[in-house]
Amino acid sequence: MIPELGHFALILALLLALTQSILPLAGAARNAPSWMAVARPAAQAQFLFVATAFGCLAYSFLVNDFSVLNVAQHSFSKLPPVYRFTATWGSHEGSLLLWTLILALWTFAVTLFSRHLPDDMVARVIGVMGLVSCGFLLFMLTTSNPFLRLLPAALDGSDLNPMLQDPGMVVHPPILYMGYVGFSIAFAFAIAALISGKLDASWARWSRPWTTAAWVFMTLGIMMGSWWAYYELGWGGWWFWDPTENASLMPWLVGTALIHSLAVTEKRGSFKAWTVFLAIAAFSLSLLGTFLVRSGVLSSVHSFATDPARGLFILGFLAVVIGGSLLLFAFRASQVGLGGRFALVSRESFLMANNILLLTATASVLLGTLYPLFLDALGLGKISVGAPYFNAVFVPLVTPLLFLIGIGPLARWKQADVPELARRLKWGFAASVVVALLLPLTLGAWKPMVSLGYLLALWIVITVAIGVQGRLRTGAGWSANFYGMHFAHFGVAVTVIGITMVSAYESERNVRMNVGDTATLQGYTFLFKGTKDLDGPNYKAARGTLEVSRGGKPVAVLYPEKRTYAASGMPFTESAIDYGITRDLYVALGEPLDGGAWSVRLFHKPFVVWIWIGAVLMALGGLLAISDRRYRNASRKKGAEA
Amino acid sequence: MKRFLIPLAIFLVLVGFLGIGLKLDPHEVPSPLVGKPAPDFQLALLSDPAKRLSLTDLRGKVWLLNVWASWCGSCRQEHETLLELSKQGIVPIYGMDYKDQPADAQAVLDRFGNPYVETVVDLDGRAGINFGVYGVPETYLIDKNGVIRYKQTGPVSRESLDKKILPLVKELQK
Repeated sequence: MIPELGHFALILALLLALTQSILPLAGAARNAPSWMAVARPAAQAQFLFVATAFGCLAYSFLVNDFSVLNVAQHSFSKLPPVYRFTATWGSHEGSLLLWTLILALWTFAVTLFSRHLPDDMVARVIGVMGLVSCGFLLFMLTTSNPFLRLLPAALDGSDLNPMLQDPGMVVHPPILYMGYVGFSIAFAFAIAALISGKLDASWARWSRPWTTAAWVFMTLGIMMGSWWAYYELGWGGWWFWDPTENASLMPWLVGTALIHSLAVTEKRGSFKAWTVFLAIAAFSLSLLGTFLVRSGVLSSVHSFATDPARGLFILGFLAVVIGGSLLLFAFRASQVGLGGRFALVSRESFLMANNILLLTATASVLLGTLYPLFLDALGLGKISVGAPYFNAVFVPLVTPLLFLIGIGPLARWKQADVPELARRLKWGFAASVVVALLLPLTLGAWKPMVSLGYLLALWIVITVAIGVQGRLRTGAGWSANFYGMHFAHFGVAVTVIGITMVSAYESERNVRMNVGDTATLQGYTFLFKGTKDLDGPNYKAARGTLEVSRGGKPVAVLYPEKRTYAASGMPFTESAIDYGITRDLYVALGEPLDGGAWSVRLFHKPFVVWIWIGAVLMALGGLLAISDRRYRNASRKKGAEA
Repeated sequence: MKRFLIPLAIFLVLVGFLGIGLKLDPHEVPSPLVGKPAPDFQLALLSDPAKRLSLTDLRGKVWLLNVWASWCGSCRQEHETLLELSKQGIVPIYGMDYKDQPADAQAVLDRFGNPYVETVVDLDGRAGINFGVYGVPETYLIDKNGVIRYKQTGPVSRESLDKKILPLVKELQK
């Protein structure tokens, strides 16, 4: 009964989404206030029904209703309750429902926080978001219904993928989806501006806080995904250039460009067409990411079961949404004026360079991700593009980008004063170079990439300090926007240090260990005390004990596990990590060998947590920027005028 | 307006490729072992653990090696096709029971029928690793000189038999 209610709620949600898009969009075109007024209540009701559907599915999972196909395939009676709940989005169908729920949630938020906007703008934004929602609801109802029954019911489920049975997976997908889907708001604002033809600075101001919010979620989501891959996959890597990771990195890169470009459009009125394009591109890449992960076009550790009908539907949907937007863009953008002019050296020109570099980086990731597909489609054989390509392309693009972080915020709008800029930066630059050249010597081997990494990180830190000090000296008051920006830039420096250190100085050993054997790595001694059998709720495990000491002093005791899950029979490696600010010690069990011995992987990972700490700082910077009162005050004023 | 159409043009090309991509299977990875001699093995028979079978015993005939296991769901999917093929008697099929309990494997054969001339038991998966097995089921076509001529990853279907495997078998048997 409950699953049928959920199914029915989805159908009603589709009807509401249709109402939410057609009436307000038509109303805005014909200037009919009563039609436009439908937007808010329809969107709120749609949210209610999608949430009901989601609740019904979650309920079916929680009560182990194995007569629901989705539950039988992705859950298990002995699965702990929290994972039964997260299994709700552990399947293709469930993750689509989560996607739609979050879209409805963002739309709901727009209905609440848009009182100060002109009615036709609100109607169009909510209408466009309703259209996107229609697509996803139709997709679910026609090809991916999460409520299909399995009759007769299964006795038990076949369990959730062990990789997803992890606390990180409880929060990672919703947070990442908040980011992916959040870009739909910037997209909806851009399309609404294109339809209305009013491509002035106001749409940029209205969509800025929303875009930053989505970017914050996206940053945190990617950070969690990277951290999860690090401790869960048992290889000690933190980024694999897997198609799914790339699918999330691309909208993040474009989203980052969009945040910067929106600032120019709002403050200077320039980059108008460009900003609209970025808003379309960020959301298009979110959709493309969904397509790549869901359709099985690329093989990836994340792929769900493939079904050609589904792939075809998403491709059609992509073609309509993105193709339609780009067509609209082509028609309207050509009518936009150029906006404020700026000199060759100005904050605008630096931000333009930032945008071009970010977009080029995105294009290179897109190319690398799809290259195997291109070759295959042209019948030129099957290859896979891996880390060597991405590292070779990415580093040269990111280096100037990071360098610009130092200059951009200090340069004046319109025309920068080059001598003044040089005077303020020359000592900082000299200091970064000297320290960057010497510092690696104290770390053991001097490596050029380490010096480069430190140069960029120090440069960012020093210029952030110069910027903050400059503002304090002028006596200007608190500006959340300004400090948020510098905070986020500081986070980038922290991440760069983490990446530099772990890439250059990480070490690992693959050893065969008998009970009582020791192995040393970077001055740490690992003593293997053997394994014990352990019964988990839905798995059996061999749990190893390793005592780590340094110079005779105990450092940590680590308990890596090798699990076998009861329902699926899947073996699984659960690594054990001793986290630290300057280094992680990472241990994973390999295969059992004869006589109680095991093959054991030991890793020493210097500064690896800095990568994720930096990402958290970036997200906090974004949050700080959103809290800026200026958005609310300025937009209220604008609203009063309209 | 022309330059504003560029993104649309790029996107349409992309959609074209993605459309073709839908029809392709990214899991169809060529094996580096195709064209190379099959790795030697000497394994106990499922039907009689006292007896062993090795690669050299099969010299002089064209045969299929099907790697399967009782715990493997998609092996059930190809079982019918293999049974049919074995009844036609065109090419002998030898099974390799991969990382499995022999009793479980025997139970599957008793219940669903046995398409194999013989099945060897690869208890610890060593022989399978030498063949480069990374997912069950996998099927190898091996010629008279013990050289691997074709590898199929995933279940054998009627289509893959008719289009690829059987024409190749006929050619090799000449």
